[in-house]
Amino acid sequence: MTSSSLRPGSPAPSLPGRAARARPGNPAHGPGGARSSGGGRIAGDGIWPWLFIAPLVTGISVFYFWPVLQTAFYSLTDWGVFGGWTFAGVDNYVALFADPSLYLSIGNTLLYTAIVLLGIPIAVYLASLLNLPGLRFASLYRVLFFLPYVAMPTAVAMVWRVIYNGDFGLLNHALALVGIDGPYWISTPGAATVAVAIVGLWSSLGFSLIVLAAGLKNIPPEMYEAAELDGASRWRQFRSITVPLLTPSIFFVTIVTVISSFQVFDLLYAILGSSNPVLPKSMSLVYFFYREGFVTNDKGYAAAIAMVIFLIIGIVTAVQFRLQKRWVQSD
Amino acid sequence: MAHLVLGVGGLIMAFPFLWQIIMSLSTNAEVQSVTPVFWPAELQWENYVRVFQRLPFFDQLQTSVAVTVIRTLAQILFCTLAGYAFARMRFRGRGVLLALVLSILMVPSQVYLLSQYQLIQGFGLLDSLGGLVLPGLFSAFGTFLMRTAFLAMPAELEEAARLDGANPLQIFWRVMLPLATPTISVLAITTVLWSWNELLWPLVVTTFSDRMPLSAGLATLIGDRTTDYPVVMAASLLAMAPVLIMFILLQRRVIDGLASSGLK
Repeated sequence: MTSSSLRPGSPAPSLPGRAARARPGNPAHGPGGARSSGGGRIAGDGIWPWLFIAPLVTGISVFYFWPVLQTAFYSLTDWGVFGGWTFAGVDNYVALFADPSLYLSIGNTLLYTAIVLLGIPIAVYLASLLNLPGLRFASLYRVLFFLPYVAMPTAVAMVWRVIYNGDFGLLNHALALVGIDGPYWISTPGAATVAVAIVGLWSSLGFSLIVLAAGLKNIPPEMYEAAELDGASRWRQFRSITVPLLTPSIFFVTIVTVISSFQVFDLLYAILGSSNPVLPKSMSLVYFFYREGFVTNDKGYAAAIAMVIFLIIGIVTAVQFRLQKRWVQSD
Repeated sequence: MAHLVLGVGGLIMAFPFLWQIIMSLSTNAEVQSVTPVFWPAELQWENYVRVFQRLPFFDQLQTSVAVTVIRTLAQILFCTLAGYAFARMRFRGRGVLLALVLSILMVPSQVYLLSQYQLIQGFGLLDSLGGLVLPGLFSAFGTFLMRTAFLAMPAELEEAARLDGANPLQIFWRVMLPLATPTISVLAITTVLWSWNELLWPLVVTTFSDRMPLSAGLATLIGDRTTDYPVVMAASLLAMAPVLIMFILLQRRVIDGLASSGLK
């Protein structure tokens, strides 16, 4: 257990700036070859790296990596009411794919995601305004738009619940002024999902805005000057310069928004409330998972739902990366 | 024109917070009035006192602070150590172990939640501070973030320290860690925000409201038939206040940090 391989005086091997690639075990060193001190390639930093990584790697293995494997296995088991399990093969998946709740929660999650994604074009437009040269109060605007993103979802849910209230909520008051008779937002299926999604849009808009505004900074001002000389209108510049050159940022924001929207739980739970009778009709995928896993306590079934969520997010992300080649400009 | 759009937009963004403040200073009758009351007849400051009398708010606040501080310090320690080793040291199995850690980044949290709960239950840590903080002491994202930061640093300083006979821990602690402070602050900000605001994990591992952090504690107030709205609004504002104040004080740092990390 000595750390003799740290040799002061010899140029220590280090790999600055190079991504560590998975190195297949060097066949020249058999089992236990790590101790060999002569081989220049493997001669490392002795015991030190192990001490450095031990707490983290142990924690990640116990609390993250192992649980992933366990969940994959649980999805193939059936759990009794008093604990104990039996191997069930693909029964959970068969039952899940025949369960209308799955399709309902996928539908609600898609509707939620679609509405939150509407925030991206809004954010592109706002970012282009925020980036106008010499704009005053720019940092005030940034703070205002970013505020909902950092606020605690359960705490903001409390005020939105009142705004959406069917009897005394401000939203229906405002709608009544223009002659619309608003629904009981929080207790009407469909309306409840839309209500939650509007809050989702409100809370994620600031993030998209900031990322897009940072992307805009990378567009050389000369391009706008040249367009100006050619007599291109503001709108034309926005369409032909801003949007195309911003596509990498738009892509990033879209990926992040889709992944987080597919996992919506906090806002839905806190705005609708866990005892709301509308929940079975308005639940998201993750709420469905939570209900099965921690309310009805069907671990095997919940594990299968978790694996399906994993799969759906994986597929959606892969498809977006595929489609990226069609619309994202790279240089 | 730009100011009109941004100003109206900013007002819409801020409006729910303003409305929450107004309601927190109103009477319950004013909140539930069918004709909206935009300014209370008399400001009801005692609603904020009632938060501490009616709810286990102080217990929950202490829990939130403890959970957030412990997780943030632990993540900074574990993630910088591991991130440094993965970026700068050579050892067998480095690639495999790094891949193991980074693979977690691609997995949605629901996939490990069930087993994490069982582990905590097995350790007898349900409804305890230990159970609330435990899985969150470790972060694959934080390790990725710190590794990236250490990869980008010049090798010369490290080598100079090595020539002076410093051991790897001294090199890490005295030379490299101070250079990583900007990235450590990004890690700290993301961890504080996530830990303070998180709902699902505390909801799962705690059942008694005086053991919950604020996020889960507030959620227990929903759905009462006889909701005392002003007190709920005051409690929500107090629960958000520490993070919002941190955000307003460090705004540029928080905004840039979160935008660059892309995680909530």
